[in-house]
Amino acid sequence: MKIDLDNINVILATDCGSTTTKAILIEKIDGEYRQTFRGEAPTTVEKPFANVTIGVTNAVTEVAELSGRQLTNDDGTIKKPTSGNDGCDLYISTSSAGGGLQMMVAGVIAEMTAASAKRAALGAGAIVMDVISSNDKRRPHEQIQRIRELRPDMILISGGTDGGTTEKVVQLAELIAPAKPQPRFGSEYEMPIIYAGNKMAADEVVATLQEDWIDLAVVENLRPKLEHENLGPARDKIHDVFLEHVMAHAPGYDMLMDWTDADIMPTPGAVGDILQTIAKKNNINVVGVDIGGATTDVFSVFDETFNRTVSANLGMSYSISNVCAEATMPNVLRWVHFDMDERQLRNRVKNKMIRPTTIPQSLESLIFEQAVAREALRLAYIQHKEFATTLKGVQQQRTVGDTFNQQIAGATIVDNMKLNLLVASGGVLSHAPSMNQTAMMLVDAFEPEGCTNLAKDSIFMMPHLGVLSAVHPEAAAQVFQRDCLIYLGTCIAAKGLGKEGKPCFTWTLSGDLDASGTCNFGDIELIEMGPDQRATITCEPARGFDLGGGKGKKITHEVRGGTVGLIIDGRGRPLILPEDRQQCQMSMKKWVENMSLYEEVEEAVATA
Amino acid sequence: MAHAYTPGLKVTNRMLHSVVRMLPIKGKVMVKVGDKVNAEQIVAATYMPGDVYPLNMANLLTVPPKDVASLMLHQEGEKVEEGEPIAETAGLFGKFKKKFNSPYSGTIETVSDVTGQVILRGPDIPVEVKAYVSGTVTEVNPEIGCTIEADVAFIQGIFGIGGETCGPIKFAVDSCDATVTAKNISADMKGCVVIGGARLTVDAIEEARKVGVVALIGGGMDDQDLKEFLGYDLGVAITGSEKKGITVIVTEGFGDIAMATRTFDLLKRFEGHDASVNGATQIRAGVMRPEIIIPLEAGDCEEETKQVGGYLEIGLPLRIIRDPYFGMIGTVSALPSEPHVLGSGSKARVLEVKLSSGESVIVPRANVELIEA
Repeated sequence: MKIDLDNINVILATDCGSTTTKAILIEKIDGEYRQTFRGEAPTTVEKPFANVTIGVTNAVTEVAELSGRQLTNDDGTIKKPTSGNDGCDLYISTSSAGGGLQMMVAGVIAEMTAASAKRAALGAGAIVMDVISSNDKRRPHEQIQRIRELRPDMILISGGTDGGTTEKVVQLAELIAPAKPQPRFGSEYEMPIIYAGNKMAADEVVATLQEDWIDLAVVENLRPKLEHENLGPARDKIHDVFLEHVMAHAPGYDMLMDWTDADIMPTPGAVGDILQTIAKKNNINVVGVDIGGATTDVFSVFDETFNRTVSANLGMSYSISNVCAEATMPNVLRWVHFDMDERQLRNRVKNKMIRPTTIPQSLESLIFEQAVAREALRLAYIQHKEFATTLKGVQQQRTVGDTFNQQIAGATIVDNMKLNLLVASGGVLSHAPSMNQTAMMLVDAFEPEGCTNLAKDSIFMMPHLGVLSAVHPEAAAQVFQRDCLIYLGTCIAAKGLGKEGKPCFTWTLSGDLDASGTCNFGDIELIEMGPDQRATITCEPARGFDLGGGKGKKITHEVRGGTVGLIIDGRGRPLILPEDRQQCQMSMKKWVENMSLYEEVEEAVATA
Repeated sequence: MAHAYTPGLKVTNRMLHSVVRMLPIKGKVMVKVGDKVNAEQIVAATYMPGDVYPLNMANLLTVPPKDVASLMLHQEGEKVEEGEPIAETAGLFGKFKKKFNSPYSGTIETVSDVTGQVILRGPDIPVEVKAYVSGTVTEVNPEIGCTIEADVAFIQGIFGIGGETCGPIKFAVDSCDATVTAKNISADMKGCVVIGGARLTVDAIEEARKVGVVALIGGGMDDQDLKEFLGYDLGVAITGSEKKGITVIVTEGFGDIAMATRTFDLLKRFEGHDASVNGATQIRAGVMRPEIIIPLEAGDCEEETKQVGGYLEIGLPLRIIRDPYFGMIGTVSALPSEPHVLGSGSKARVLEVKLSSGESVIVPRANVELIEA
């Protein structure tokens, strides 16, 4: 359907998450697009409803109640176009419900074509269930057994540069054909397989995969040369197959696809698009995180190279128990400044896992959840750094030298000292009662170094804006600037370790704010600096500490304020908390007080 | 508008329940429409293709891949026994032949002249599907499976481990708030579905497994006990495939929490009846809750209870599912539309709950679930 962009005044957008369906309303006010109302409801992709549109209608109904605008027809469908104060002109949606897009990928060499295939799948918004390669240290029958156990939505096969190995690529196909992986959506579903490997092997692969349960598509090689990646065609095909097969089989999606005015995008794909746009527009390095109920997605753009990872079992509801199991309870509890009963906490964690839509009611419960979030984010970021290595993203030219370096563990391209902007999204970060809490969770988990801006997605609308930018870029840009990102402030943190209480660095601010001080090792301070304030900060680190200019070298930066302010962090990098529980609690208590983490909460509750 | 959607678990004394019994691949369905089946009866059977063993014959014989087919002593589709020669090189002047004996019994599935790989398929694996629930066959999907229908009492649990099983219902305790320990388990419970009250202790579960109880059901259990019983910390709630020799289901949640009176009373009414039980739980992507199904007998004149709708309304009974009021039962007494500041400092839409003690508390709407009256 052709959309007349000039006549769009009211836009409705939904994001069907695995736990919650979020709806936002965007209206043209005085010639500018602004986000005005928001509603949410539990996602209804599961039984007994097994129809995603029920959750969509519930979320939209909440928006309608708050806005006074009727947005649904009597049969629950979206009311279009606008008529007086009712209806909307454009309806779009993203989705990660029902576990999102789940893929298995295969390549000849784990670090080369298989890594490229994984990058293509992740970039398209998929969860990669497993990567099969000729050198993954599993014996062929173990690989076949694994393929049989998995229930992917689709499979991506790569392998071989153009004109390179044919034999190894065909061997991969020979593993998949007899394994007959069962799709999630029943026996009638033809398993989509995308082949994006050596073009010379395509005919052999097609012959090997000539089965009635396979729907095979062949696209351009995603690694035509060792030093060149070409992920675009494979990603595009993944999107097409996602819409044609996966969405069409998920409960209620056939209806939802009829309702929307543009293709439904996988949620992470939409968030990735909008973050790349920010990085490109401002010429900066960005890390974004979206922590959900089941998974945590980390996105990074360093020197124009985009990477995305999905930590499939790190999340705040379905996966909360796994976070505690992986991180261990002592590591979670180090972020809590008072005693908690571990046996009781274990029960609480499991209760959250089995009833994932509940929210913390007490302050104690909130503090514990934020402690779990720090560990989920920390673990997800470690995984991201390990994955985002010197191999580059879409159509980047690489040198042969890079190829031989790619297995070096330290070759991550994620460099916290070069990071300019850290963006938070996802329930536990976006909905934290105080923005100081959001900022502190980010700083504790990501440990930014030097000078880093912190921001949050105000009400988790990056997915909505990602898909909107594909339909109506102007509206997406306007809403993004004015309503989406909330700048929390700037974090100044020194790399290095020292003795508690000894000077870490001195700082001087001039501009909208004039102040100076010394930050001692082990301390964190918060300087009030409003969203409209700008200043120049000059920092002189003590010997052994680095703020970006080198050890002991002075640096000067322009800094911006925010809803939180300027965070002066002298706790050192890497951030190491005292091992002794009592001492750790004392340190946390001091940091909680210095950052005013829960004061506002106590005041709000008192006045409510 | 003062309503909101909220999920709830099903607990009903009568409903028409159908179970679909399907083979993973095509096979033989052994029942026909109208047949009365019992839970243990096999209704469909098939053979799954056996495990696959790829053999890189070109490497093993040190020959080019294209030569492999001509050196095979058995062709595609032929059966071979373990230790039997399956390929042999021509050798030099008929001597120095290199032979390869099959490491497994099975069938030669494919021989590739591109890779020189031979795919050997192991013997077929028999698969049988039981009826699981006693009832009447209402539909047969040829070669795939059947649907069985029965009037049943149906209870959904919140979490379980272990798969499908069945047996007569027997009680371990007298009240819904009694903790179940090893002392409550006796040898005469062998083969039974045993009902507890509140918390199931790990020693009770171990004892039950020892005496041969097929399923143990209680209000709650400690996660620490679950970890001890399983031998590992359960990370993601996808269960059902545990091979522990017993199915365990909790109806309310983790901790020392009493089974809802209604659930306990319903089970009590059916003491001695056969129950089909499945502990499989999957919270993510295709949610699946554990279930207790009690097929009704001819004399049972249970009336169907009114099903809970999806909306909160004043007067409806509910249970609070999050601390600080976790597990408490009450009724909706008010549904303010304006968001409320919680003790955590978050703003959320709430409801007022009148607890059974008479006290009224404010709770986020997300933290309650409707229960049947």
